[in-house]
Amino acid sequence: MAKTKDSGSGSVMVVGGGIAGVQAALDLTDLGYYVYLVEKGPAVGGAMAQLDKTFPTNDCSL
Amino acid sequence: MNLRPRYIDADKCTACGLCTQYCPRHLSDSYNEGLSITRPIHIDYAQAVPATYYIDPDACLFIKHETCQICVPTCRSHAIDFSQKPKKKTLKVGAVIMSPGFGKISEETLAKFGYGKHPDVVTSIEFERMTNASGPFEGHVTCSDKSHPKRLAFIQCVGSRDIGCDNGYCSSVCCMYAIKEAMVAKEHDPDCEITIFYMDIRTQGKDFDQARIRAEEQFGIKFVRAKVADVMGWGRQIKLTYATMDGEHRFEPFDMVVLSVGLESPKDAGKLAKIGDFDLNKYDFAATETFNPLATSRDGIFVAGAFQGPKDIPESATQSSGAAALASAVMKEQRNAGYVVKTYPEEQAVTDDDEIRIGVFVCHCGINIGSVVDVPKVTKYAGEMENVAYYSETMYACSQDTQEVIKEKIKKHKLNRIVMSACSPRTHEPLFQETLKDAGLNSSLFEMVNIRDHCSWCHAQEPDKATEKSMDLTRMGVAKARHNKPMPELTVPVTSGAIVIGGGAAGMTAALNMADQGFEVHLLEKTAKLGGNLARVKSTMWGDDPAVLLSDLQAQVKKSKNISIYTNTELATASGFIGNFSSVIATKKGKKTVEKTIDHGVIVLATGGSEHRTKKFMLGKAKKVMTQLDLEAKLAGKAKNRAPDSVVMIQCAGSRGDDLNYCSKVCCNQAVKNALKIKEINPASQIIVLYRDLRTYGYAEDAYREARKKGVIFIPYEVKKKPAVKKSGKSIVVSYFDPILQDTVTTNPDAIVLSVGIVPDGTETLSKLLKAPLTADEFFLEAHVKLRPVELSVDGVYVCGLAHSPKPIDETIVQAQAAGGKAAMPLVKGNVKVAPIVSEVDKDACIGCGICTAVCPFGAIQMLKIGKKRKAETLAASCKGCGICASRCPTMAIDMGGFTQDQINAQITAFGEM
Repeated sequence: MAKTKDSGSGSVMVVGGGIAGVQAALDLTDLGYYVYLVEKGPAVGGAMAQLDKTFPTNDCSL
Repeated sequence: MNLRPRYIDADKCTACGLCTQYCPRHLSDSYNEGLSITRPIHIDYAQAVPATYYIDPDACLFIKHETCQICVPTCRSHAIDFSQKPKKKTLKVGAVIMSPGFGKISEETLAKFGYGKHPDVVTSIEFERMTNASGPFEGHVTCSDKSHPKRLAFIQCVGSRDIGCDNGYCSSVCCMYAIKEAMVAKEHDPDCEITIFYMDIRTQGKDFDQARIRAEEQFGIKFVRAKVADVMGWGRQIKLTYATMDGEHRFEPFDMVVLSVGLESPKDAGKLAKIGDFDLNKYDFAATETFNPLATSRDGIFVAGAFQGPKDIPESATQSSGAAALASAVMKEQRNAGYVVKTYPEEQAVTDDDEIRIGVFVCHCGINIGSVVDVPKVTKYAGEMENVAYYSETMYACSQDTQEVIKEKIKKHKLNRIVMSACSPRTHEPLFQETLKDAGLNSSLFEMVNIRDHCSWCHAQEPDKATEKSMDLTRMGVAKARHNKPMPELTVPVTSGAIVIGGGAAGMTAALNMADQGFEVHLLEKTAKLGGNLARVKSTMWGDDPAVLLSDLQAQVKKSKNISIYTNTELATASGFIGNFSSVIATKKGKKTVEKTIDHGVIVLATGGSEHRTKKFMLGKAKKVMTQLDLEAKLAGKAKNRAPDSVVMIQCAGSRGDDLNYCSKVCCNQAVKNALKIKEINPASQIIVLYRDLRTYGYAEDAYREARKKGVIFIPYEVKKKPAVKKSGKSIVVSYFDPILQDTVTTNPDAIVLSVGIVPDGTETLSKLLKAPLTADEFFLEAHVKLRPVELSVDGVYVCGLAHSPKPIDETIVQAQAAGGKAAMPLVKGNVKVAPIVSEVDKDACIGCGICTAVCPFGAIQMLKIGKKRKAETLAASCKGCGICASRCPTMAIDMGGFTQDQINAQITAFGEM
């Protein structure tokens, strides 16, 4: 990626809105970048939103 | 980018659900894996973000056949909009992170296990929905004949470790979720007998083995090491045929069989790779390098999560933080260029002298509250209360237009407190606080009363009582609001700069990432040289040379202008809190120790670990007994006989319930790697690997398969029958129980190689210095095992590498990059925001007893000497607002912001008034 100023506008695209995409998007905003979070489905959350509980603590997944 | 329409205006939709009730068409609910029915217009689940319904265009009668449109008039907020069209959008971005997740195992593969033939053969995802209280069966696991299964079987490795379906890899998550699902099923029905059929239980993650032990010992779940050969219908049951290690064929009937399906590459991986112009590996996941695991083959495109290879939630979250950190490093020139900061009008001063003017809004929430609670009655009741200057009902208080109305009423009626009797503050309080800020009021002047969850939902059968309770709660809310005071949002400035403790792969990687992001880093290494364990590892499973990584990292760290390296140096003391640490570092120079004070904002702990040289198995007593690292050094040497003719490797030597309680994650890979190396040098060598569970997770399964192909013999042993190394005459022999021969075998190999575990280095001292908690095994304990894997509960302190848990090089690098990213966040912002809900000590009332300091779990209260007296003081930036200190203070000198004694007393008093 060229390190010139015109290579973008301080924004990053994240493709996929599961736990990985959402975490990446949140972190990027905390690091000072604008994020386009692109998800093909109607809501973010991905596979994790389908889970009942999580291993090994059995915390609620949502 | 192609934007598909949802046919519903997200700004108007209130997610009331009326449209779904009226929609006439049935649709299999894909969110519930087809186990229930939904409608073309729906929302997947109540907590979905965005909380907007959508219309499935492939199922909607209007979109497909131009009929119906019943939903349009049912929507009271006129949100349904069939005129929406697909749009194309072009974006200019500085970097891309690919995180499309994983795909499903094909039905063809599942069919081999009876899926599709027998209705009670289900996938683990279907089972997950069944156990979910909000799922299709409200949490009751149900067979096709509506009975609840009494005998349940899990079959592991479905679509994983199976070259029959081209998935040669291990999916790395199924053992964990199967154990979890089995435990949940057992909680639901303690009489249910559960068996898990497995090849190896791969619970190699941090503290994962403990859950497996719990499943077996506490929950009575049966683990059977067997490959299931056949699944067939047997009356209304399902018969599984399998062969156990002792060579016996058995069959057993079950009521339900759960297939632990693996993770496959996403269906559109090829398309994404083509669009993004990056490479995929042979399994169609994104191709990456061992020493650069988050970079795709194309510059500027990074990958995170299961698309990089099958992995669980914490590792996905870690990779995401790492990928964000890498993107941040390449784009640092553009930082804040696209960032949008919202501005608010100037805050109106509200003092104690001002007249209290409360506005009360009572929300119908469509029919959610209004169908049970008599909202007009509650509203009228609120209007009669003292200080209430305005009151009104709202249909949807959260809708965009009502927000505008609230702002207007605040101005018109000069309101200076707002009470909202509506839904849950958990979801909606921030929204209304924003509204107040937009209207020039401090957000602490807002008070929320939850008459939905606490009244209309839980007392739906008793509308009169629900209304009465709503009136009580609203009265209490108003009483509390009278005492609400504006609280400033505190910000504490951050001193830039970081200290990274530990100069191994983790420490150097984290330091480099932060330096690349533009921050100053002090890298401390307690020995004379950078490198840590990297210097001892001679190769990776994939043929990479760690020496190259080491010299590369060293060169970059030394070259970086932002990094100061301190060798022979340790952290002596650390004081302060996030953004404002002041640390003394001690450098040994000959016999002298030189101290230096550094002010910095964050700390990264990368203190590493080392090989646990067990005293068992005659290690250190016989020359031919060695560890894997010893063998690795030997193999990397030049001696002719470096690859012995006969080798016995013993896995878990001193681990998993022996000297060490845990699995060290890397030893199985190390054994396979070294076995292959021996075979490469000396193909005739006879190698036997004695193991408990061979944990070559992920792509390492390929190497395991290759080793077996090359003639390496893997023999499992049970804890009850551990192999023994002993002296027999003049030789040192190994004896072990062979499960196929059903007898003890004794052999006299040229080398006995122990796969020993990893222990953390120096965590105890640092834990005391920084008040950072440790696990029982003395690794640092992260703030949240799933979602905050590199942060510690002490703000501003981060962890990576072996100090967190044993892990291979690639995972160490990712974690270090993640820690670099997380640690950079406060430095980027330049200040730390503190929510106003923090404790405050009334210094006059404080008697300096110190109880608060002792009970504070976050080290957020310090004792000061004011004059001759000891007084407590809150470090606002460290306070989490839990209130423990306030509840323990014997003189009630501590108040919590937003929950003062006055406020709580007023609420309780109001409860008693009728």
